[in-house]
Amino acid sequence: MNNGHGIRMAASLAREDPAWLKFSLITMALMIVGFLIGVPVIHVFWQALSGGIKAYLSNIFEDPANRDAIFTTLYVAPRAVFLNLLFGISSAWLVSRFKFPGRTILLTLIDMPFAISPVVVGLGLVLLYGSSGLLGPSLASVGIQVLFNSPALVLATTFVTLPFIVRELIPVMESIGPDEELAALSLGASGLQIFFRITLPSLTLGLLYGTILCTARAVGEFGAIYVVSGRIAGLGQTIPLRVEQLFQQYQTPADFALASILTVIALATLLARKIMQSLSNQRHATDQAKRIPA
Amino acid sequence: MIKRRKNILPGFTLSLGFSLTFISIIVFLPLAALALKSTELSFQQFIQTISHARSLSAIKLTFFTAIMAAAINMVIGMLVAWVFVRYEFPFKQWIDALIDLPFALPTAVAGLVYANLYMRNGWIGQILALAGIDISYSSTAIILVLVFTGFPFVVRAVQPVLEEIEPELEEAAAILGASRLQTFCLVLWPMLRPAVVTGFALALARGLGEYGSVIFVSSNLPGQTEVAPTLIVARIEENKYAEATALALVLLTASFFLLGAINFWERWSRRHE
Repeated sequence: MNNGHGIRMAASLAREDPAWLKFSLITMALMIVGFLIGVPVIHVFWQALSGGIKAYLSNIFEDPANRDAIFTTLYVAPRAVFLNLLFGISSAWLVSRFKFPGRTILLTLIDMPFAISPVVVGLGLVLLYGSSGLLGPSLASVGIQVLFNSPALVLATTFVTLPFIVRELIPVMESIGPDEELAALSLGASGLQIFFRITLPSLTLGLLYGTILCTARAVGEFGAIYVVSGRIAGLGQTIPLRVEQLFQQYQTPADFALASILTVIALATLLARKIMQSLSNQRHATDQAKRIPA
Repeated sequence: MIKRRKNILPGFTLSLGFSLTFISIIVFLPLAALALKSTELSFQQFIQTISHARSLSAIKLTFFTAIMAAAINMVIGMLVAWVFVRYEFPFKQWIDALIDLPFALPTAVAGLVYANLYMRNGWIGQILALAGIDISYSSTAIILVLVFTGFPFVVRAVQPVLEEIEPELEEAAAILGASRLQTFCLVLWPMLRPAVVTGFALALARGLGEYGSVIFVSSNLPGQTEVAPTLIVARIEENKYAEATALALVLLTASFFLLGAINFWERWSRRHE
C-alpha cells in the first residue's frame, strides 16, 4: 500500500521538471521570442510614431509615391485574393469530393508555390511575358502589356498566395464528408442549391480564415513583384516595394510609417487566427455536447 | 462501387475544367517557361554559369546561411515548443500567438526593422557593439533574418507532437529509474525527431529562396555577401536570362529535393512507428 503510493508519487512527479530548470527554460524562451519578434514589433511602432500622430499621418499620405503604392496594393491584393477564392472553392470541391486520375499531381502543383523562391516565380513570368518571352510578343501585338504592368503584379501575387485558401478548405471539406450533400441530392436539390445551402455555410470559418491569411500574404509579397514590376514610381509599386525604396533613400520615419500599416495587418491576421481557433473549439465542444445522449 | 458513389455529386466537369485552366495559367505556364529556357542551355553552359566565381560564392553563401539559420531554429524552436507546451506562465496564449508573426509579416518589414535594430547604430546593435560584436551588413545578419523568417516552422511542427505524447511514457521511464535527461534523450527525442527534421527542412527550403528581408540587412556585395536570389535579380536586370535560369534551377532542385525528402521521411516514419 505504502509502496504503491510512493510509486504513484514518482509517476506524477515524472513530468515535473525542477524549478530552476523550468525557470531558466521559460526565461530563455521568452528572451528568444522577445528579441526575435517582440522588440522588432515594438520598434516599428516606436519609430513610426516617434514624431507624433500628425507627423505619422503626413509621413504616410503626403508623399504621392506613398499614396500610389497604397492604391497599387489596394488594386493588386483584392484581385489576387478573389482569384484564389474562386480557385480555392473549385479545387477543394474537386479534390475532396471526387477521385480522378491526376489528383495527386494537382495537389503537388497546389503546394508548389510554398517551395519556390518568389524571385524564381518572377523570373518565370519574365520568361513568359517579357519582350523576348514565349507569350510576350504575341500578346503585345494585340495590345496587351502584361510585364511591368498591373496584370503581372496580379499574376505574381496570385502564384505566391495560391495555396493558402485551398489548403485551408480541403481538410475542412474532407472532415465534413459528402453525406449531407448526397442527402440533399437524393431529395432533388440542384447543384447550385447544394452548394449555397449546404457546402458554403459549412465552410464559412475556413473560408474566412483562408481569405485573411491570403490577404496578408498578398499585401506583403515582395520578391516576385520586385522582379516583374519594373519599379518605376507610381507604376506597379506596392507598399512593400515602396518600403524598400524609402530604405534606399534613408527616409527612415516615412519608411517606418508605411511599414507600420503592414505590421498592423500582420498583427490583425494573428488576432483573427486566435479568434477563429477559439470559435472552432467552441463549435467542436457544442457538437460534442450535442452528441452526448441526455 | 465506392468510386461511382463518390462521383454522383454534380460539378465534376465544371470544377475540374476551372481548376485545371487556372493552375495552368498561374503556376504551370511560368514553370514551363523556366523549363523551356533551361533546355536552351547545354550541360556545359550550365556548369560554366554555375561555376562562375560570383555564382559559386552566391550559391555557397545561400546554402551556408540557410543551413545555419535552420539549425539554429531547430534548437531554439524545440526549446520554445517545449516551454509553451509544458509550462504555465502569464500571457502564454498571447505570446504563443505571436510566434506566427514571421509567417504574416511582410519580409520587407522584417528586413527594415532588423536592419534598423541590429545594425551599428540600432538599439540592439549598440548593445552588441559594447560586447565588441558588429554584424552590420555581414553574413551573420543574413543568418539572423533567416532565423526570423523560418522561426515558426520548427515550433509549429514540434508543438502538436509534444502535446500528444502520453504522460504514461515518461511516468514509466521515471519509475524504472531514468533521470529527466535520460527520459528526454531516450524516450521523448525519438518521438520528436520526425517533427524536428520536418521543421528543419521547411525552414531550410524557405531560407534558400528568401530575398525580401535579406537585401535590407546585407551589403549585397558580389562574391562576399550576395545570395543566389539577389544574384538572380541582378542577372534579370542585366537581361542575362540564361544565367538567371541556371541559378534558379539550382534553387528549384534544392527545394524540390527537400520537399520530396520530407514527404518520404514522413511516410517512412509513419510506417515504422
